Amino acid sequence: MPSGTSTGSVPGSKGRSMRKPLSEEKITALHGAGGELMNRLVAELRELFPLRAAGEVGLDDLDDGASLSLPQGEVVVTTDSHVVKPLSFPGGDIGKLAASGTVNDLAVMGARPVAMTLGLIIEEGFPISELKKFLSSLAEVLREVGAALVTGDTKVMGKGEMDGLVMNTTGIGVAERIIRDSGLRPGDKIIITGPVGDHGMAVLAAREGIPVEGEIKSDVSPIWPLVERALSIGGVTAMKDPTRGGLAAALNEMARKSGVGITVREEEIPVRPEVRGLAELLGISPLNLACEGRAVIGVSPDRAEAVISALREHPLGRDARIIGEAIPEHRGKVVLETRVGGRRYLEMPLGDPVPRIC
Amino acid sequence: MTAVTDPFRLRDPARAEKLARTLRRLAPGRAVKLVHVCGTHEAAIAEHGLRSLLPEGVEVYEGPGCPVCVTSTADINVAVKLALEKDVVLCTFGDMLRVPGSELTLEEARAQGADVRVVLSAADAVRIARENPRKEVVFFAVGFETTAPATAAVLLGSPPHNFSVLCSHKLIPPALEALLRENTAVEGFLAPGHVSVIIGADAYRELARKHRIPVVVGGFEPLDVLYAVALLLKQLRDGRAEVENAYPRAVRPEGNPKAKELMGRAFEVVDAVWRGIGTIPASGLGIREELSRFDARRRFGVEAGVGMEEPPGCRCPEVIMAKAVPTDCPLFGTACTPLSPVGPCMVGAEGACAIWYKYGERPRL
Repeated sequence: MPSGTSTGSVPGSKGRSMRKPLSEEKITALHGAGGELMNRLVAELRELFPLRAAGEVGLDDLDDGASLSLPQGEVVVTTDSHVVKPLSFPGGDIGKLAASGTVNDLAVMGARPVAMTLGLIIEEGFPISELKKFLSSLAEVLREVGAALVTGDTKVMGKGEMDGLVMNTTGIGVAERIIRDSGLRPGDKIIITGPVGDHGMAVLAAREGIPVEGEIKSDVSPIWPLVERALSIGGVTAMKDPTRGGLAAALNEMARKSGVGITVREEEIPVRPEVRGLAELLGISPLNLACEGRAVIGVSPDRAEAVISALREHPLGRDARIIGEAIPEHRGKVVLETRVGGRRYLEMPLGDPVPRIC
Repeated sequence: MTAVTDPFRLRDPARAEKLARTLRRLAPGRAVKLVHVCGTHEAAIAEHGLRSLLPEGVEVYEGPGCPVCVTSTADINVAVKLALEKDVVLCTFGDMLRVPGSELTLEEARAQGADVRVVLSAADAVRIARENPRKEVVFFAVGFETTAPATAAVLLGSPPHNFSVLCSHKLIPPALEALLRENTAVEGFLAPGHVSVIIGADAYRELARKHRIPVVVGGFEPLDVLYAVALLLKQLRDGRAEVENAYPRAVRPEGNPKAKELMGRAFEVVDAVWRGIGTIPASGLGIREELSRFDARRRFGVEAGVGMEEPPGCRCPEVIMAKAVPTDCPLFGTACTPLSPVGPCMVGAEGACAIWYKYGERPRL
């Protein structure tokens, strides 16, 4: 993407015919070298984004940076690098993932996404048609939530020096009221907005070529529209998106930071049968698998049912459920009531069972 | 196994509630210590929080059920020596790499340049031997009656001349007997389903009769385990000491004759040292004289002393002897975690400490 500071990182780069249509070309070192070839690439790619400014200076200005005119409120900033493998998987691709992941981090802090930046690091030889496809997915997410792509950067690395494509994003949003992951109070109901583990399992199955009966699709999607509904009802005390380490990691973090205990009922936690079956086969807990389109929401008990009703009106929230509550006992721990009625702690996973999922 | 059963059927909340009620009716009204000897049982108990469904006073311990955990330091020392000094390719199961020997783990030996490889089976090690005809390849064989038949099959299947086995296989029934001698509080055994598939439910008859102790063979789904415990409590209530098979969909009275025959042809029963317990007579498998050319101990003439067992503070020996649960150990979850294990029970995936850590298990929650 543009930015006058971009420089190619590959010495001795070879030029290529510039008359070929872009769609047939592959990325060369020159595409990241800040010259004419890069400008041509950027000019074509930026057309994919309907919203390209959120202030005086935007993407089209190709200036050293962008400027933002933000509405009243607390400004929230988040940053992320996306290294998913494979780049396309059932239900999404790296573009949709990069935009959703960024928007969702803003959303669970209570912030409406306003703008995003995009840094691309591309391996030499990467097909430009693929790049366009991924950027279209990314643009689609931004369009959905009404956020602008305001500035970016492109770097090319030599063949074999990296694995295809890496995206780095920074998201900027504005919140009327900041929601933390540390705000739970005893008595608050814990809501999950949909089935857990879809993303982690979809990426794992795609990467390892595991044949799956009935496709397992990633849940990757921007959850701001869903979160906005919950916030409009009121009573939201804490939020977190259960990405790496899944629901188990998110709940443990919320319990620790809030200084409360959490109990959840396994029977109430939605898990798709395909995901549950494959997880069982692989010896992985679905509660440790990442989601990319879900939120864990803490709500004061008097508003919980109203929030659930509001969430269920949105397609992404159809399966929203109350899965448990915050309690004064077991501070910093999560108690799982198992399907068969037993009790144990749901521990913070040592790490995500699947690497390179986001 | 003859029939594939939908595992989730055996996690049905309504049936579980019924079994829990049965268990409450069978509450002995006093402290009762039961022992299973299987990491898979421990994982099922911990993952589904089954301890919290048992009647007051009924406690279930893992005992010597983790093959990696009971492998003696002497055997690990021999493996380390072979790998470091004899220029062999040492193949073994993944969990073995991090178990502390007297000085080094196999992982540390590998860091010092030894060729230590993780395999999933004895046959994998044979494949490596065929692919490296100029190298000596040693399979460090650990495990109970579940993995021993596979090692036997490899030994009897004319393996290549450059292949040998460092045999550390162990037998479950003698370990149960040794446990009863050391820990008189044990009142019943939940016998391991996988081992029993091979040796059969009848293999425990002598033990039950001689020690007047109830034995119930159990499966690995939560309802399997609860049902087996209910049968044990019923026997105790009725003053019976019998062998019952609560896992008939996989276990036959006579076991698997073919697997037993393979073991009998490849191995002879020998005394064996169990980590945390000591020497148990007739509790291990050694390679038969006729196959001694594949015995790594004889081929390389390597022996090693036992040396220090567990570091100070580590209560693995008591965990293995069903005298302590993992959370009784002051190191559990603090100095000793799966990322930096102190004792073998935190290393092996079947070790009680590793399982309690993973599933957040507590004696009562």
